[in-house]
Amino acid sequence: MSRLITQDLIINVPDRCDGTALNIALEPGQIWGVLGPNGAGKTTLLHTLAGLNAPRSGHVLLDDQPLETLRRRKIAQILGMVFQERLDGFPATVLETALIGRHPYLSLWQMEGADDYAQAESALEQLDVAHLRHRLVSTLSGGERQRVAVATVLTQAPGIWLADEPTNHLDLHHQSAVMALMAQQAAQGSAIMMCLHDLNLAARWCDHILLLYPSGEACWGPRDSMLVPSALERLYQQRLATVEVNGAPVFVPVS
Amino acid sequence: MAMRLWQPLSLLAVMAIATLLFSLAVGSAQLSAAQLWAVMQGQGDALARTMVIDLRLPRALSAFAVGGLLAVAGALMQVLLRNPLADPYVLGLSGGASIGALAAMLAGVGGVLMSGSAFLGALLSTFLVFGLAHGSGGWTPSRLLLTGVVVAAGWGAVITLMLALSPAERLPGMLYWLMGDLSYARAPWPPLLLLLLTCIVLMPLGRSLNVLARGPQQAAALGVDVRPLEWGIYVAASLLTAAAVTTAGSIGFVGLVVPHLLRLLLGNDQRLILPACALAGGTLLVLADTLARTIIAPEQLPVGVITALLGVPTFLFLLYRSR
Repeated sequence: MSRLITQDLIINVPDRCDGTALNIALEPGQIWGVLGPNGAGKTTLLHTLAGLNAPRSGHVLLDDQPLETLRRRKIAQILGMVFQERLDGFPATVLETALIGRHPYLSLWQMEGADDYAQAESALEQLDVAHLRHRLVSTLSGGERQRVAVATVLTQAPGIWLADEPTNHLDLHHQSAVMALMAQQAAQGSAIMMCLHDLNLAARWCDHILLLYPSGEACWGPRDSMLVPSALERLYQQRLATVEVNGAPVFVPVS
Repeated sequence: MAMRLWQPLSLLAVMAIATLLFSLAVGSAQLSAAQLWAVMQGQGDALARTMVIDLRLPRALSAFAVGGLLAVAGALMQVLLRNPLADPYVLGLSGGASIGALAAMLAGVGGVLMSGSAFLGALLSTFLVFGLAHGSGGWTPSRLLLTGVVVAAGWGAVITLMLALSPAERLPGMLYWLMGDLSYARAPWPPLLLLLLTCIVLMPLGRSLNVLARGPQQAAALGVDVRPLEWGIYVAASLLTAAAVTTAGSIGFVGLVVPHLLRLLLGNDQRLILPACALAGGTLLVLADTLARTIIAPEQLPVGVITALLGVPTFLFLLYRSR
């Protein structure tokens, strides 16, 4: 069980004024959705929370310790990141790719053991890509690669998930499957924060929402207080129609 | 899991030893297996002993060390720059070394002074490229690569200028050095020790290199301290290349082709690829050097010509067959 707290955090988006300082607590079991238009700083925020980008000011605390005082290896044992963009580098198979999720747990001389393989196989199984285990990642479709990336973090088994558009490239069924997996992880005590472009996924699966405006302003809170049509229309500069399906709001852009 | 590593490595080690023995036996005077055995026991006639122990052995071991160093340096550069076209010379290192060596030759000095001059040239080029690529901000692989390529092109022009201005009687020696020449390699132990040390240091870092090959951010997110590791690779690869170039001139192709060849055959686990590069690179260069000094014996061919003639078709064939 791990928690991530920000103290007066200002993320460093070039050529932008400071905006709202973020004081967020990402607690075990919570699922946060980060919403905002392109360029609002969603990815920068996640990278800052993961310690990959330095903040302009403020602090990120991982289990009450400032992120910058922790070793990368220690951070990686607690915090996993699903990236939006991935480099292919050298050819690697799907199984090899999932296995690197075990990297933070293995000592220098240690080779991956049967347990590590079992964890990677099980993750591939859960993401429905186990049948591709010996294929080269570069030969997969965009959606399949996305699922392999999620499987890699699942193999890493972090207590905190930071996922940058985890449903990118996925078909409808696999979008739901990945979100259900996130909900399952949260139910088991993980804390999850993800950037999303799909308001309806956020409405269906997230319990907390953070709205990021291009100006640097931000507001956050429980889902129902945040997913208000007027706030969302201002966020995206887009008129929305709201309908109710099975008791949950569904947002549709209208011209 | 460990078997997966040891099987190919033992096979490569056996090939390396067989090639070394072969290179001791053949040459302008051939030795039979029995004669070679006698020499290794400390017996046999004095001439054969001198030939094997004083001439062929140091040269073969030097060739092995240089080939191994170049292949490992190439593999490291490819991971560092995340570019399959990278080789040990891509950052202009061989150009710097060549200018050092040619300047020494022009000044009429040889031996240790020439090696020292080549080594200085290599280091100078390394610092120049890194300093320029670093600029005011941080360096990125693409910036480092581009800086290296441009600096190398600059060195190329200077080399041509030096060749054009050199007296005719010095030209053959210079051209041989530029194509790679092991006939002056008499001290195999420093590069061999360096190769061994490098392999021992790199083995535990192999998995981190695997992760780094997927990009710095992914690597950092998985617990790798990216900057120190990248620095380490850069310094190590430069040092290995400088040692190789100083020993045997700029031998092309080993550093580019051997890592790729092994990746096509063995996959992409650096824990396997790096020691395999040391063994296979060494073997290839011993074989090439043996051919270089036997094909038209007692005359010798530049070994770089042979590595290219052996490597190009093999590499193209494997690439053609790969998926």
